[in-house]
Amino acid sequence: MDGLLLEANQYRLLRDGAWVTLQILGLAFVLGVVLSLVVGVGRLSERRWVRGIALVYVEFFRGISSIVLLFIVAIAIPILLGVSQASILMLGSLALGANMGGYGAEIVRGSIQAIPKGQSEASIALNLSNTQRLRYVVLPQALRIILPPFGNLTIEILKGTALVSLVGLADITQAGNFIRQQQLFGDAGTDRTILFLNILVIYFVLAQIINGLFRLAEWRLEKRFSGGEHLTPLDLPEATK
Amino acid sequence: MSAPDTTPYTGTNGNGAAGVRMRGVNKAFGTNTVLRELDLDVDPGERVVIIGPSGSGKTTILRVIMTLERPDSGTIEVGGRQLYHQPAGDGLKPASEKHIRSVRSDIGMVFQHFNLFPHMTALENIMLAPVKVHGQSKEEARTNAFELLDKVGLAHAANQTPGQLSGGQKQRVAIARSLATKPKIMLFDEVTSALDPELVGEVLNVLRDIAEEGKTTMMLVTHEMGFAREVADRLVMFDHGQVLESGPPADVLDNPREARTQEFLGAVREH
Ligand SMILES: Nc1ncnc2c1ncn2[C@@H]1O[C@H](COP(=O)(O)OP(=O)(O)OP(=O)(O)O)[C@@H](O)[C@H]1O
Ligand SMILES: [Mg+2]
Repeated sequence: MDGLLLEANQYRLLRDGAWVTLQILGLAFVLGVVLSLVVGVGRLSERRWVRGIALVYVEFFRGISSIVLLFIVAIAIPILLGVSQASILMLGSLALGANMGGYGAEIVRGSIQAIPKGQSEASIALNLSNTQRLRYVVLPQALRIILPPFGNLTIEILKGTALVSLVGLADITQAGNFIRQQQLFGDAGTDRTILFLNILVIYFVLAQIINGLFRLAEWRLEKRFSGGEHLTPLDLPEATK
Repeated sequence: MSAPDTTPYTGTNGNGAAGVRMRGVNKAFGTNTVLRELDLDVDPGERVVIIGPSGSGKTTILRVIMTLERPDSGTIEVGGRQLYHQPAGDGLKPASEKHIRSVRSDIGMVFQHFNLFPHMTALENIMLAPVKVHGQSKEEARTNAFELLDKVGLAHAANQTPGQLSGGQKQRVAIARSLATKPKIMLFDEVTSALDPELVGEVLNVLRDIAEEGKTTMMLVTHEMGFAREVADRLVMFDHGQVLESGPPADVLDNPREARTQEFLGAVREH
């Protein structure tokens, strides 16, 4: 068993790397979810120009490879704008989040379209506004369709975070590279297979945590659809007895 | 055939029920003209049953009143206010969304397939519009919702979702949901057609109660002729997007003037 483990200081490096990875993942996820909703709803707007912008967004960010996007956002733009102090962590998350938004928007659009028209018509008959219809009727039901593919998408983003090591961020992958160099040039004699095995396990565990969180969300949502118990006369308010 | 124009077709009656006045309403889907120069009046508090063959445009009439379909031309007045138009100088101009919403708050509709919100309990379904649209407090809305559920015999099902309810129960919740916003006119589109025969009665009973209370005008599309005879003030036979004949249910059902009506009623009875 001992042979499979790294040294304590190496784990410290990987732990710091994991923290960076999680920060990027978190920021990219929040941005990605917001963009997915805004752009996905925008794709179905009554206004042509809104639909147009949303479509261009989707096509651009799905078409471009995340690594090119990352270089543009994290390196080219700061140079062009002359902002050398820009946080690479922020910019990296921005690139990944924008990327997620491109795919997520299509999932959101598809799921909204899958909700039966009768749901919207009942909302109009009850005189809900367009926003209320979306918020209280359509999206909660669409969420049931959105959650599973969004879980996969989030894991894609987790994998995508490894790319940020290429623009100089000390995430897990970058920490791994660093340890590898220590191994090559120093006297740390650990095997590189063991190193990669450890990194693999860390990514795997993170992915499983994401999976678990999404399962939990799906389960909680499903509970809303399955409803509660019959009320006995004792449960009823005074007025209806 | 129709009553003279001096009768109070529009506005509301003492109970707050609203009348409808449709004038020259046209609606086509592509080349398929569904409503042709339709004139139809419904008095405040009146209970009108619309019958007619499949595809004659019965659903479409209700849908243009509910603003689910926009007429191509013509005017519709509900409770004395133009639905799709606003006064502008001497004439009318197309209504703003805000105006439509304001008139729409007088109208309620119950659908053939219930269209309950599956992610909400019966109680939440009923409370949604009163709280979000009419600004009621949650407590007030909850009390009212329980009363309405009790009225349709489903207080015990308050915490159940549509997935747990039978068709007849779903439709009764849907009716309660529509009643919760106190519409001045209610539209019912074949609300028992999707139900198993043994569940039709419980829904018709609820409709009878609403008719008896008389707080709202009712326009019902139905194939339940017995029910129409009992509840309707007037029966309107509809064909090819126009009113073929209309009158007290007994007259139309027992002595139809038009051959098409006789044919239609014959087909319905044999069924
Ligand atoms: N959204 C739509 N798009 C295209 N055609 C439509 C649409 N809605 C209705 N129609 C057509 O309009 C005609 C009238 O439809 P409508 O639903 O009003 O008839 P109906 O009298 O309610 O018939 P039924 O008894 O079958 O319910 C039909 O020919 C139908 O196919
Ligand atoms: Mg119909």
